[in-house]
Amino acid sequence: MAPLLSMHGIDKRFAGIPALRSAELVVERGEVHALIGQNGAGKSTMIKILTGYYRKDAGEILFDGKPVEFSSPQDAQRSGISTIYQEINLVPYRSVTENICLGREKRRFGLLDWSAMHEEARALLARFKIGIDVRRPLMAYPTAVQQMIAIARAIGFEAKLVIMDEPTSSLDEREVGVLFGVIRQLKEAGVSVIFVSHKLDELYAVCDRVTIMRDGRTVQVAPMTQLSRLDLVTSMLGRELSQVLHEGHGMADAAGEAREHVLKVQNLSVGRKVSDVSFDVRPGEIVGLAGLLGAGRTESVRAVFGADRPDAGTIDFARRENAIATPSDAIRAGMGFCSEDRKLEGIIPDMSVRENLTLALMPQLARRGIVNEARSREIVDRFIKRLGIRCTGPEQRIRELSGGNQQKVLLARWLCMNPKLLILDEPTRGIDVGAKAEILSLIRELAGQGLGVLMISSELEEVVEAASRIFVLRDGRTAAELRGDAVNEQSVMTAMAHGHESAREAAHG
Amino acid sequence: MADTATTLPPAHGAPRFDVRTILTRYGAWIALALLILVNLAITPNFATWQTLNVNLTQVCAIVIVGVGMTLVIATGGIDLSVGALMAIAGALAPLIFLGKLFLLPHPAIGVALAFIVPVLAAAALGWFNGWLVTRLRIQPIIATLVLFIAGRGIAQVFTNGNLQVFNLPSFQFIGLGRVFGIPFQAVLMIVIVAAAAWMLKRTVFGRQILAIGGNEKAARLSGIPVASVKQRVYLISGLLSGIAGLIVIARNSAADANLVGLGMELDAIAAVAVGGTLLTGGRATVIGTLVGALIIQLVRYTLLANGVPDAAALVAKAAIIVLAVWLQRQGRR
Repeated sequence: MAPLLSMHGIDKRFAGIPALRSAELVVERGEVHALIGQNGAGKSTMIKILTGYYRKDAGEILFDGKPVEFSSPQDAQRSGISTIYQEINLVPYRSVTENICLGREKRRFGLLDWSAMHEEARALLARFKIGIDVRRPLMAYPTAVQQMIAIARAIGFEAKLVIMDEPTSSLDEREVGVLFGVIRQLKEAGVSVIFVSHKLDELYAVCDRVTIMRDGRTVQVAPMTQLSRLDLVTSMLGRELSQVLHEGHGMADAAGEAREHVLKVQNLSVGRKVSDVSFDVRPGEIVGLAGLLGAGRTESVRAVFGADRPDAGTIDFARRENAIATPSDAIRAGMGFCSEDRKLEGIIPDMSVRENLTLALMPQLARRGIVNEARSREIVDRFIKRLGIRCTGPEQRIRELSGGNQQKVLLARWLCMNPKLLILDEPTRGIDVGAKAEILSLIRELAGQGLGVLMISSELEEVVEAASRIFVLRDGRTAAELRGDAVNEQSVMTAMAHGHESAREAAHG
Repeated sequence: MADTATTLPPAHGAPRFDVRTILTRYGAWIALALLILVNLAITPNFATWQTLNVNLTQVCAIVIVGVGMTLVIATGGIDLSVGALMAIAGALAPLIFLGKLFLLPHPAIGVALAFIVPVLAAAALGWFNGWLVTRLRIQPIIATLVLFIAGRGIAQVFTNGNLQVFNLPSFQFIGLGRVFGIPFQAVLMIVIVAAAAWMLKRTVFGRQILAIGGNEKAARLSGIPVASVKQRVYLISGLLSGIAGLIVIARNSAADANLVGLGMELDAIAAVAVGGTLLTGGRATVIGTLVGALIIQLVRYTLLANGVPDAAALVAKAAIIVLAVWLQRQGRR
């Protein structure tokens, strides 16, 4: 029989920039198909084209043997393609039936036909082996059940293909187990599933085959059992295993070892995402935090900076233990933090370059609460020159700058404070190649002057090139510390895939 | 997709002079100028000292409350309790100088306390608003609704629902007095507007207010004490409402807890919106709020002076607000 879905030669450009280049995706009937790739690899674009959210520029989609081009997700749903999102999009105060029948209520004589709707809800849930009172409000049931109800609602009776986009990110272990049960039931019923996730364990637990995407292309399609974890990560990140080991970087390790650390984090635990993370940074050293998405990198550094409250563990900064409760404590103690989301947490779009640059410095620029504009201008001019920020002048609004220049302003926001430690979360995300190189060389120069740098980046090449030590996180734990010759892409990938033991082997063996 | 990102052109930053931007930024000033020109042409006796004074005294309370409202809105919040706080301040002051609360050792002390205590009480209630918003994390519109509802009730409890009538020139100077022929309340208004405008532009506090409204998360990560800044802003709004309450009762020689500041929250918000302050926060102009209040007042005056009934003037006021907010949205695109 022909596959349920086949997408061939899919091209898509956004404002002239290719997001998909002749991408392929073939899903057989009754199979659970993993779709993986780094951020920006094209997974979501592919799915959005399939469900009619975007229009493809070229290529063909065959669904159930017929060529299709859906005009909207609703249109796709009518043809049997359901999408399940990360959050539960239901109304907690209303009954289970109302939630399931929302938008497709049954009417009789112009009134709602409740008994028919209750019956339908019950029948649908029975399909997933959920036997609950459908008249009770949704919130009377635990999250896992709610999630199941959401899935049941999305799937309905008609779905032939179910798309799950990181469905487990908000679930705990038990709930994940329940979800996997549903996936297996769907499979038995002949329904196909496209499963998007960054958690390797999950992929191996439920998926039959995998499509790996990178830079808008489909780079590999294979049965899960034929790919090792390392193959998977390698193919996703696009590095050959035989790649040359990395040579010396930044600071000489020996000199770094001798210095006392500026930051030492031990057994940190924050919420669900971080359970046991330890790392440390010495002055003049660039330390990388590596890991797949959801490994707990961002959550860890946010806790270090006082932006989120840690549940357990010690954070020792500048020889003071657990002294940081808020970002302003961290800043006063000499820490700077560039968040991963420049737009949402970094820039203040309506303010000028000058106001953005001096935002953290402001209290120091003021006497009795009045900003010393002359000094502020002097400092801003200096940093615009030193970092090569391209703008019409300090009074230009930051929203008008390019991503790279915005990022330089944010770096300057911290550099003008003369910090002891700078935490950079994805400092080169969404920045053009030229600016990227400038920012990386600037970071290296600063470390050379004694600044401690803790850097998170999803671009392995970048971390390996810049950092003298790398901590690899995996599922909220420190899986490995790599130093010296072990700082190479192969060891990092091995640690991402397997954790501690094998990373050590890769490093030493 | 690292290799494709190079094709992104750097955003160019040349300032653009299109009609939209000009209308958004200077629309209020243009409207005010047009109104004055129209009035000079059609309204008899417009260019007189008396017309100026009448219009100024009409807007004083709105502008003073509007300044506090501008600051609150600049942080991304809103304060619905301002009218109720005016009523509380207005109810407290006569109780004090009439000696109904406690015995006064000297009338002058009574007048002094009648200025200080009600304003501080209103400020404390403003602080309470801020507390609800920052500590209990209640949305500003709901948090300030608490006092919007309860405040007027509190004022009536103070006065047993009675109208308090008085005649005390030393107290009423705030509403009736003149300095070199200019109403004292107008002088007070100008001073407050100037101080707030300066504060917003030149001080750390002002910059923090705008940073919070512009991007609260970024502000927090830059070490700005978000909660304490917001708390102070609501306190200022309460304090200014207290002052406005005193002006209103002084002008009327009477305090009626039912009427003082009634609907003031909406007038103040309207003035802020028409003045060009962004209702979502992050961009604010105190001078704009003054201009906004003057526009609304002048439209009403123009219509009344030319024989249009007050009811129609209300419709005109609503139309101006819609126009102003629509213009703002144009500028955001």
